[in-house]
Amino acid sequence: MKEADAVILDGLTKRYGDRTVVHGVTLALAAGERLALLGHNGAGKTTLMKMMLGLVRPDGGEVRVLGRDPAEAAADVRRSVGFLPESVAFYEAMTGWETLRFYARVKRRPAEECRALLARVGLADAAGRRVGTYSKGMRQRLGLAQALLGAPRLLLLDEPTTGLDPELRQSFYGIIAELKAQGTAVLLSSHLLTELEERTDHIAIMNQGHLVGLGTLGDLREQAGLPVRFRLRVVNGDAATVADHFGALVFERVPGEVGPACPARDKMDVLRAIAGLGDRVADVEVVPPSLDDVYASFTGRPLSEGAPA
Amino acid sequence: MTTVLAIAWKEVRDGLRNRWVLATTLLMAALALGLAFLGAAPTGSNVAASRLAVTVVSLASLTIFLVPLIALLLAYDALVGEIERGTMLLLLAYPVARWEIVAGKFLGHAALIAIATGVGYGVAAAAVAYAAPGTGAEDWQAMGALIASSILLGAVFLSIGYLLSGLVRERATAAGLAIAVWLVFVLLYDLGLLGYLAATEGKGVSAETFGWLLLLNPADAFRLFNLTGLEGVRQFSGMAGASGQAPVSPFALMAALLAWVLVPLLLAQAVFHRRQL
Ligand SMILES: Nc1ncnc2c1ncn2[C@@H]1O[C@H](COP(=O)(O)OP(=O)(O)OP(=O)(O)O)[C@@H](O)[C@H]1O
Ligand SMILES: [Mg+2]
Repeated sequence: MKEADAVILDGLTKRYGDRTVVHGVTLALAAGERLALLGHNGAGKTTLMKMMLGLVRPDGGEVRVLGRDPAEAAADVRRSVGFLPESVAFYEAMTGWETLRFYARVKRRPAEECRALLARVGLADAAGRRVGTYSKGMRQRLGLAQALLGAPRLLLLDEPTTGLDPELRQSFYGIIAELKAQGTAVLLSSHLLTELEERTDHIAIMNQGHLVGLGTLGDLREQAGLPVRFRLRVVNGDAATVADHFGALVFERVPGEVGPACPARDKMDVLRAIAGLGDRVADVEVVPPSLDDVYASFTGRPLSEGAPA
Repeated sequence: MTTVLAIAWKEVRDGLRNRWVLATTLLMAALALGLAFLGAAPTGSNVAASRLAVTVVSLASLTIFLVPLIALLLAYDALVGEIERGTMLLLLAYPVARWEIVAGKFLGHAALIAIATGVGYGVAAAAVAYAAPGTGAEDWQAMGALIASSILLGAVFLSIGYLLSGLVRERATAAGLAIAVWLVFVLLYDLGLLGYLAATEGKGVSAETFGWLLLLNPADAFRLFNLTGLEGVRQFSGMAGASGQAPVSPFALMAALLAWVLVPLLLAQAVFHRRQL
């Protein structure tokens, strides 16, 4: 861990009453790095961000943001940080322009910057309308615009893409890629691992307050150690013989098909064995573990399940 | 300071835009005009007090009922409402100290009350002076003191409202408490005091203690300030006899009102400062 890191968390812990909602989380985020915080509802993602902003006091461990303790140097830290809360709320009676101007005044930024930001997020035309009339996507864009005020060195985006259509989501990640190029550190939270593919550098998976996985998507796949599956279509329904050929490897049986599975490192051996079966096999499909499976292997339950009771 | 002013300006603009100021100003002007022209009629001119001085006395009573209510309605929602709606989370993520939020809201809301009171009462005063010539400089002074102290009384209840707003978890609780505060200071306190005096046939408290008891209620301090503060008003308000031995000086009354602004405001700031979102 270097002082130059935008965020350093060391054994960070938070309790509400007798419930520990963040358990000793340790991680670092470097300048120009994009880190995704992934976890079920109630995993502690928002709480982690609030501690980085100095809005919630940790009960243990240390948090340093841009080299400072956000609880002590709150104003200095927040001047260089942009934050987009989950389901962001604005003053409904103000127009988009007035809203951004208000936050710009508080952050001591000039009016031209507001104009440029509204254009950048595609709200220039709607700037004169009341925020109360904005759609979810427009609010989210306004939320991003205010987070970008003052060219922050660290961006905290709490579920920035929930409720956005695919096109808007795309442009959202486009802006984040530009920011990365400028050296901005970006921490964003999400429920969807599938959405993050290729769009973040590192992924941190949280489960009930614990950091259960950390690394690139490739690292996580490897750590998960999930089997690669094969789907074989067997000629003449000769499935039983083919299945015997794989012995213990056979994982699932569908009539007329054979589905062996093996650890990722044995994949080529199995493929060679399949090739050795000659024309008894009509077709083969290799199915790597899905991202949802990878995610579920860290959190111990599938994505589709609800929040913990 | 920029931040405080930005927040204050936002509150003022909100108040102007949602017609809060318009409605309150019209209400105060209408009630003030009504009291000035109807309420003062029977006394005629057999009392040696100008029409405007008479009006000051009626308006003082109007202020005591109306201004605390208006201030509490503005203030009870100020902190807990923004926390509940989620706008506070974003604002606090900015380089804003919490005292700046409290100060900004206070400044903005006080300006709204000042506009409503100044314009509302000012219009009534101008109409009275026009209808009944012979209004002296001292009457205008009394009117000015009434408007200024009405704004101060509004500030007192703004502060109390923020304290409630910072203490509670839900807006509804703050609203309930605000009504309770209004009832206690505007009605129940005086009723209790009167009841006690009646029960003890006036011997229960010394004049000095009585003076202090009035300072403990900002509404009473306000009333006393306006009814004993100026000679012309004193004559009409029935406080003429009391003036010689007025239990508390106007300065003490002003000081009491100022303390009533500052203490709850500082407490509100302290409570809000400790609060986690
Ligand atoms: N102010 C609070 N008081 C008590 N418990 C809280 C408070 N804030 C959060 N929690 C609890 O802390 C846990 C983590 O909440 P947090 O909001 O950080 O989750 P999250 O990962 O952001 O979830 P989501 O995906 O739903 O946004 C939850 O169980 C929540 O109930
Ligand atoms: Mg959350």
